[in-house]
Amino acid sequence: MSETPLLSLKKICKSFGPNLILDRVDFELRSGEVRALIGENGAGKSTLIKILSGAYHPDSGQMFISGFPYRPTGPLDGRRQGIAVIYQELNLAPHLTVEENIYLGQEESRFGFMEKKKKRLKVRELLEFLHHPEIQPGSLVKNLPVGARQVVEIIRALISQAKILVMDEPTSSLSQEDTKRLFEVIHKVKAEGVGVIYVSHFLEEVKEIADSFTVLRDGQVVGSGEMAGVSLEELIEMMIGKKLSELYPHFPHRPGEVVMSCQQVQGKKMTGAISLELREGEILGVAGLIGSGRTEFLRTIFGLDRLKEGLVIISGSLVSRLQPGTAINRGLGFLSEDRQTEGLAARMSLADNLTLGYLKPYVKNGLLNNQRQKQAASDWINRLKIKAQSPEQKIWTLSGGNQQKVALARLLHQQAKVFLLDEPTRGIDVQSKTQIYELIGRLAADNRAVIFVSSYFPELLGIGDRIAVFHRGQLVEIKPAADWTEASLMRAAITGKENNSEKNKKVIGANL
Amino acid sequence: MKITAGYSRLKKLTNLLGPFIGLILVISIFSLMPEVSGRFLRLANLTSVATQSVIVALSALGMTLIIISGGIDLSAASNLALSCVLVAYSINLGLSPLLAALIGLVAGGLIGLANGLLITRLRLVPFIVTLGMMGIARGIAKWVARNQKIDAPLTWLNDLMVRTPHPSWLLLSPGIWLMIFLSIIMAVVLKKTVFGRRVVAIGSNELTARLCGIRTDRIKIIVYTISGLFCGLAGVMEFSRLTVGDPTVAMGLELDIIAAVVIGGGSLSGGEGSISGTLIGVFIMAFLRNGCTMMGWPNYFQEIIIGAIIIIAVALDRLRHRQD
Repeated sequence: MSETPLLSLKKICKSFGPNLILDRVDFELRSGEVRALIGENGAGKSTLIKILSGAYHPDSGQMFISGFPYRPTGPLDGRRQGIAVIYQELNLAPHLTVEENIYLGQEESRFGFMEKKKKRLKVRELLEFLHHPEIQPGSLVKNLPVGARQVVEIIRALISQAKILVMDEPTSSLSQEDTKRLFEVIHKVKAEGVGVIYVSHFLEEVKEIADSFTVLRDGQVVGSGEMAGVSLEELIEMMIGKKLSELYPHFPHRPGEVVMSCQQVQGKKMTGAISLELREGEILGVAGLIGSGRTEFLRTIFGLDRLKEGLVIISGSLVSRLQPGTAINRGLGFLSEDRQTEGLAARMSLADNLTLGYLKPYVKNGLLNNQRQKQAASDWINRLKIKAQSPEQKIWTLSGGNQQKVALARLLHQQAKVFLLDEPTRGIDVQSKTQIYELIGRLAADNRAVIFVSSYFPELLGIGDRIAVFHRGQLVEIKPAADWTEASLMRAAITGKENNSEKNKKVIGANL
Repeated sequence: MKITAGYSRLKKLTNLLGPFIGLILVISIFSLMPEVSGRFLRLANLTSVATQSVIVALSALGMTLIIISGGIDLSAASNLALSCVLVAYSINLGLSPLLAALIGLVAGGLIGLANGLLITRLRLVPFIVTLGMMGIARGIAKWVARNQKIDAPLTWLNDLMVRTPHPSWLLLSPGIWLMIFLSIIMAVVLKKTVFGRRVVAIGSNELTARLCGIRTDRIKIIVYTISGLFCGLAGVMEFSRLTVGDPTVAMGLELDIIAAVVIGGGSLSGGEGSISGTLIGVFIMAFLRNGCTMMGWPNYFQEIIIGAIIIIAVALDRLRHRQD
């Protein structure tokens, strides 16, 4: 490319304390180009955006806009020099009008009365141009839907003569319809010669809107190029640094006898009754939106919420007096979605946290054998590759992934047969995630049963044998994972309607 | 593994060392004061301090358990007074001293049980329940005693707290032996039994404890009942010392009891504390009182010093925690 790029970053480094967040990052953007910036949580995307906006200063490296050095002193200066960032949580004043918001903090607002008509005309013109004539310049921003607010932000950027538009997860709170309209806006903006940096998790959308991509992983650029030459799977593999087949390892297992049967189970906090069966050696994924009753269902089976109605039958016999204690004795194990406040006792040792549910093996003549308890904990530390210095270490000193492994080890230690796992991979690093998928696979291969609740559909599709979808306290549908796609899961979770229509091709990990 | 085990043992030592150094400091300051140095470390004075500590120490054993479980018991001192009055009352009724002592003990246990039931069944905060119980127990004590001291004939019960024990081979008064014996029992219960581990777990994170199948309500009821029994026992000892049943005895003593636990490393947010630490806390306060009295310092001076020590102890404790 002979022309000078609109934006170019050279060897940008940034660290916080001992942690190197960005490591010699190179990045280029041409005028009229939409470049996707993708990567997992913690890959360094937000830091890079903040450096671009001027909120952070790089430790080393250079930035150029149209060939001229760009060294913003702060976000305001960054904006003046032509970089507009539209954050996920939009930066609009809800009690001001569309027009007031657009001109807020812009030089033009100093002009007097005469300019007012001109300003309004310009806003109208831009709204027409972006195909959003329904937005009234005089209406209050708080009365606008999210999609329209985004358009307001974009117009604000255009009016301030921004040459580079950075959009951080712009579609995360948009409906499909609004997403489509946003893409039209982006096409228009791009035609004006503005460069767009598009940051998103949703790879399918990214594939549709972006011309090129840059992938960050652990603060380094691990791939970049034209969108046309790369597949979705390749993008995911770049992001996670692994083959997809390695991300969801498969351990051969075959579902056997029914080990748990729930009949019309309704807990205190559930809005509907749920019936389902779980077999030995089976991984049952549970999908559903937050508030769909998936967590409440697990808590009810485990006896944490009171059972109002229904039967829980484990290995052929009814569980009476459902309480966590009896549930554990009957072979149930529950992993809380909230590791910090419920799952683990932060100030207790790793050994205590791990063995608390089942101290029996360490008691002799009524006295605990602390030495054997620690020994057992050490064994689990080694088996699950938990990174810890000693079993006596306080649990809060471990990383999120290692904490989660301790919480899982507790269930293994209490010799559970049925694992009720609520969001087991939330908020942990990719490596720990993979290890947890592997662990779940091994459990099934060992003929144990797993119910795996997750908001993240690709992992359900990746490791589940069957997937059940919950909607407003009801079980919508339950069928083999191979018969679901991400789209059909999403549809069922949102609408609560079964979809026996088209059989889409299964795409693993599409919005990782 | 060996290194880390040694390391953690060292750490446990330093956890206890803090309060212990405080105790040594208090003792050495007074034994260096020229006015009292001759008398302070004499055996007679030491046993006198130990005897004075028995009542606070016994109540503090139960309080340690409660504070570790994340609760608090403000009714401890009133409970003690009620037991004291009931013992005197029972002896006056002509009951045997043993039966009278048992009545005092059981009354304490019942007050504790009531605390536990109210806290778990009505889901009330321990602070509020025991604050209420503080008034109720004290009121009942005054009611039973018709608002005055109950005189009772001397029995063998009154030998439990004498400074020079009756069969001289005992060396220390029976009350001190009882305190030592029960402290060891409680330390073992706390450190080496499943029950003890569950109490720590509840104080550390009650939700996690529930998740691990621990019946948290039941454990709490037991904890408050045990603590009540200890208060009842302390009341018997109080009667033994006073030889009368006094419904106004031990006013405000609950704060000394709580202070002892806290000086000894107990955390009011639960999950932390130890019997040995609590005992050291009891002795720090007892030696301070004793030393100040011997020096002829006014009462208010003691109060200021003890107040300052509570704050310093807790501040040092937080500092130590920040380091791990």
